[in-house]
Amino acid sequence: MREFVLLLSALLIFACQQGNQQGESGEDLTKNTPKGQASVVDEESEPNILQLAVKTDDLSTLVAAVQAAEIEHVLVNAGPLTVFAPVNEAFKALPPGTLDDLLKPENKQKLAYILTNHAAPGTFKGRLLKDGTTIYMASGEYVPVQRKGDDIFVGGAKILATVDASNGVVHLVDKIILPQKQ
Amino acid sequence: MKQISKLIILTLMVSVGLFLSSCGQGGSNGGALKSSAAEKVFVAPGKWDSHYAFISGGFSGQLSVYGLPSGRLFKVIPVFSVDAEKAWGFNEETKPMLMTSHGFIPWDDSHHPDISQTNGELDGRWVFINANNTPRIARISLETFETEEIIEIPNSAGNHSSSFVTENTEYVVAGTRFSIPIPQRDMPISEYKGNFKAALSFIKVDQKTGHMEIDFQVLMPGFDYDLSHPGRGKSHGWFFFSTYNTEEANTLLEVNASQNDKDFIAAINWKKAQEYIKAGKFKTMPAKYTHNLYSDDTHSAVSETKKSVRVLDASKLPGLVYLMPTPKSPHGCDVDPTGEYIVGSGKLSASLTVHSFTKMLKAIEEKNFDGDAYGIPILKFEATLAGTVQQPGLGPLHTEFDNKGYAYTTFFISSEVVKWKLGTWEVVDRKPTYYSVGHLMIPGGNSRKPFGKYLVAMNKITKDRYLPTGPEVCQSAQLYDISGDKMELLLDFPTVGEPHYAAGIPAELVTKRSKKFFKLEDNEHPHAVKSEAETKVVRKGREVHIYMTTIRSHFAPDNIEGIKVGDKVYFHVTNLEQDYDVPHGIAIIGANTSELLIMPGQTETFVWEPKQPGVWPFYCTDFCSALHQEMQGYVRVSPRNSNVKLSWSLDGE
Repeated sequence: MREFVLLLSALLIFACQQGNQQGESGEDLTKNTPKGQASVVDEESEPNILQLAVKTDDLSTLVAAVQAAEIEHVLVNAGPLTVFAPVNEAFKALPPGTLDDLLKPENKQKLAYILTNHAAPGTFKGRLLKDGTTIYMASGEYVPVQRKGDDIFVGGAKILATVDASNGVVHLVDKIILPQKQ
Repeated sequence: MKQISKLIILTLMVSVGLFLSSCGQGGSNGGALKSSAAEKVFVAPGKWDSHYAFISGGFSGQLSVYGLPSGRLFKVIPVFSVDAEKAWGFNEETKPMLMTSHGFIPWDDSHHPDISQTNGELDGRWVFINANNTPRIARISLETFETEEIIEIPNSAGNHSSSFVTENTEYVVAGTRFSIPIPQRDMPISEYKGNFKAALSFIKVDQKTGHMEIDFQVLMPGFDYDLSHPGRGKSHGWFFFSTYNTEEANTLLEVNASQNDKDFIAAINWKKAQEYIKAGKFKTMPAKYTHNLYSDDTHSAVSETKKSVRVLDASKLPGLVYLMPTPKSPHGCDVDPTGEYIVGSGKLSASLTVHSFTKMLKAIEEKNFDGDAYGIPILKFEATLAGTVQQPGLGPLHTEFDNKGYAYTTFFISSEVVKWKLGTWEVVDRKPTYYSVGHLMIPGGNSRKPFGKYLVAMNKITKDRYLPTGPEVCQSAQLYDISGDKMELLLDFPTVGEPHYAAGIPAELVTKRSKKFFKLEDNEHPHAVKSEAETKVVRKGREVHIYMTTIRSHFAPDNIEGIKVGDKVYFHVTNLEQDYDVPHGIAIIGANTSELLIMPGQTETFVWEPKQPGVWPFYCTDFCSALHQEMQGYVRVSPRNSNVKLSWSLDGE
């Protein structure tokens, strides 16, 4: 009998936990900060830009920033999207305290604006990164493209490596492309 | 021990009770899962929804009818694609509906339904919808919920900025997406720039019959024309089209059509166009296009080929068109209920651009121009600008309106609907969609009188929202309650084909018109028979015409002999029922076509070409009655050289 009671209680507690979890995910739907598509679990498809970034050790600061700005869903969208992804060193080059400041919840919009200045609709790679042209970023700003020898600079940031993603392309860059506005 | 057990059980029951109630409370705070959302979409069995939603099927080519708020699917109305369920494009009566200047086409891509209006308000007479691929506009009757008319649009390709109606349904308007050589001719693609042109068609609608006729086309520069909406109220008489690829690129548009900082919203003064037509300033161009009309009297369609179209050249006729610069490839081009604001959603832009109609008129008056494009004046950007909604989201596409001065815009990339205030341009609410929303629809949201209760978001991607169904997953729309300050997600519901766009209307504006059946006495089908006494089988050489009737629960005749291999057998079947919801169907083994589904009082025809001697059964395919399974018959097919006499009978008579 006692075992039965314990079992029943355990089941009920479990059921309620399940219920609460559902409640919590339901709760998310009414908030303005969804992870949206970023919460889709899919280990089989080719990795999208967000998944690539998460897997890349050198982009851990960027990933933390994207999460703080709550714009993960943008990086998993159908795209196509070109992301100029600053490596961890690039964030370290910011004046001391800048990054910590940006990661504060009250600066979410500012951070999101800076990050969207690194993403452009369309797939810009290879010959489409033409010297002397500009790229219209998701922030609404135009960022210049320069070629010096074999090196390509976008908004002054040098492309270190390029990786194709299922929904676009990621260029690892050595600098933060700071917006002109703000 | 027993006592203790009882005590434990009692304690347990109490705690379970408490526990469940706290569990329940947790649930009631759970956003979309909270019980009020369920109550808001629950329509009890047997009760009616409050609104109709006509949701286009995108690449399915059809138009589906849903109820709101339940999201229940009522009917798929076949429009541009064949539908075996309803014999659309399979029976002899509807085949002409799918005729084009390119021959019979069994499919298209249907995008933008729009409901007819009177005085800028939804009137529930007709729904219009465009075919994108082989440009056509269809008119669907809201009495029969059937496609009554399809008109092909010449000089057009990718008929996308269509099919939107003016506020008294004077016109249904169809704009080309792709520019092409006009008239079509063999020329190098690389010579696109300056040589390709676009035609925007104004199709006149007869107010009594709904019959459509192309009144005129406005010939425009070779841009892409993406979407359009009519002026209303003060701006009635104007029509606005968004454009992209003003670069006039002919390859890799992904990059090459995104070069210009701004493209245009083209404002067309169609009342001026009417004056030019009256003054004879048009050119009559040879053209070839079909006009297909279905009649509920003959229950048949007729396809007619038209030979010419009247064209007005925007470059040469002053005052006909003005261009309003709008940032970054505007997609949506939406006009608010007052007719004052024209919202351009630059799909690559970080902000929304709102033009003012009043300021536009002033800029025209003052000739506040910034050059011209092929002779068409470009108005100064600042001169028409009413305001911008700054950083509302990523990838804006479409805007609709409620009746409280708010606008709702969809954002594809950031996958959300954003609510903002007209006039102050401030964002007041945002809600995610699952995922990547395209169009949205508020019933009446593109009229003078929106019904601001529900909003339907139509998504392009669903991924994990439903049980998986292999690589091709569920297509889906989402319903939001917009009656409060904050939007509330109520429901996900699956759709047929891509839910591209929709038109919604309060049910009471439609239900009273809905037809229950066709009157047999009014049936003017040339092969109709109105009683079993009139049924017969007639041979005309190798053609055999069977004049058949259906009534619960038999065919007349149901035994037919004297058919020969190689004959072409026409089954003309009249449903004699005069009762609501008693269609009959018919199919015969080996027929290379679909079943017929015949409404009471209607006649339909299918063709059967038997290839083997034998005795072949036919039967009723729509479960009509308690003796539905008895509703069957036989056709005896003899070899070509046989001398079996043509005969027919029912119960030996």
